[in-house]
Amino acid sequence: MKKATAKSLRAFAIELAIYAVFVTAYFFLVLHLLGEWLYHLEAQHRYTYAVVALLLIAGQAVVLDAVTALLFRFLRSRVR
Amino acid sequence: MDFPISGQHISPIYLAAVGFIVGIFGGFFGVGGSFLAGPGLFITGLPMNFVVGTDLAHILGKSIVASREHLVRGNVDIKLGLIMAGGTIIGTEAGAQAIQYLKQFKMVNVVVGIVFIAVLILISAFMAWESWVTIKRSHVAELRLKGKSAPPAVRRFHEKVQRFKLWPMINLAESGVKNISFWVILIVAVVAGFLAGFLGGGAGYLRMPLLVYVLGVPTKVAIGTDLFEVVVSASYGTLSHAIKGNVDIMIALVMQTGAAVGAQIGVRLTEFFRGAKIRLAFSPLPLIGAALIVYGLMTGHQMK
Repeated sequence: MKKATAKSLRAFAIELAIYAVFVTAYFFLVLHLLGEWLYHLEAQHRYTYAVVALLLIAGQAVVLDAVTALLFRFLRSRVR
Repeated sequence: MDFPISGQHISPIYLAAVGFIVGIFGGFFGVGGSFLAGPGLFITGLPMNFVVGTDLAHILGKSIVASREHLVRGNVDIKLGLIMAGGTIIGTEAGAQAIQYLKQFKMVNVVVGIVFIAVLILISAFMAWESWVTIKRSHVAELRLKGKSAPPAVRRFHEKVQRFKLWPMINLAESGVKNISFWVILIVAVVAGFLAGFLGGGAGYLRMPLLVYVLGVPTKVAIGTDLFEVVVSASYGTLSHAIKGNVDIMIALVMQTGAAVGAQIGVRLTEFFRGAKIRLAFSPLPLIGAALIVYGLMTGHQMK
C-alpha cells in the first residue's frame, strides 16, 4: 500500500514538473502574442471580442483537458 | 504580468495557483468553486465587475469538460436541464444588468461584496447543519455496510414542494420526480441564474442544494444537471458581461491552466469520500471566500 502511494506521489511530482514547463512556455508564447490583439479587439469590437472570448475559453478547456489526461495516463503507465 | 483589458498587473503564478485550488475543489465537490475563485480575484485588486465577468468565463471552460463527462455517464437530466435553461438565461441577464446598474453609482465592489459574504455564510451554515443532522440521524455506518449513502436531512421539504399543484405539471423520469410544477423549476433556475450573473461563477453552490432539497433530484443527477446548467449560465454570462466590458479573458485563460490539473486531482479524491461526508467537508469552504472578501473590503489590501 505504501509502495503504491510512493509511486503515485512520484508520478504526480513528475506530472506537475512537466506541466509547469508547458504552462510557462504557454504564458510566454501564446498569451504574450494574444494579449495585444485581444486588448484592441475588446476596445474596438466588443461583440467580436465576446464571441472570441467564449471560443477561446471553451477551446482551451477541451485542449487542456485532453493534454492533461493524456499526460497523466502516459506518465502513470511509465512509472508502473 | 500585465492584463491590459482590466488594467491590472497580477502574477500569473498566483492566478494559476488559484485556478489549481479551485480546480481541486471543483473536481472533488462537483461544484465550480467560484466561492473561492471570486474572492481570490477580488483581493488582487481586480474591480468586482471584472471579478464577476472573468470568473464566469473561467468557470465555463471547466464546466464544459465536466458536464461532458457527466453526460457520457448518464448523470444529466436533459429534460430538466432544458426546462431550466430559459430561466437560467433570464436570471443571468438580470444579474448582469444589476451589475451595470451598480456600476453607474460606483457601488459594485461594496454591494456585490456584501451580498457575496452573506450568501457564502448562509451556504456554509446550511451545509454544516444539514450534513451533521444527516450523519447523526441515519446511522451512516449501517448504511455504508449495505453500500448505500444516507438520505438528506431535509428530504421532507421536496415532498411538500411536489404537493404544490400549479399547472403545467412536469414528470422528470430521469430524476425520479413524478409530478412537479413547472413554475417551481423556473424559480429555481432564475434564482440560481441571477446569482451566477450577479456574483460570477456557476452558482452551483446554490443550484445544487436547490435541485436536491427543493426539487428532490438525486445527488448524482443533481451534480450532472447542475454542471449542464452552469454551461448555459456561464456561456450566456460570459457573452453578456464581455459585451458590457466586464471580462478580462486573459486572466481566465491563465487561471484555467491551473484548474485543468487541479480538476484531475479533485476527481481522484472523490474515491475516498461520499454522501454526507462530502457535504460536511464542503461546509467551511465558503467561509474562506467570505473571509477574503471581508479582508479586501475592510483593508483595501491587495495580494498579487
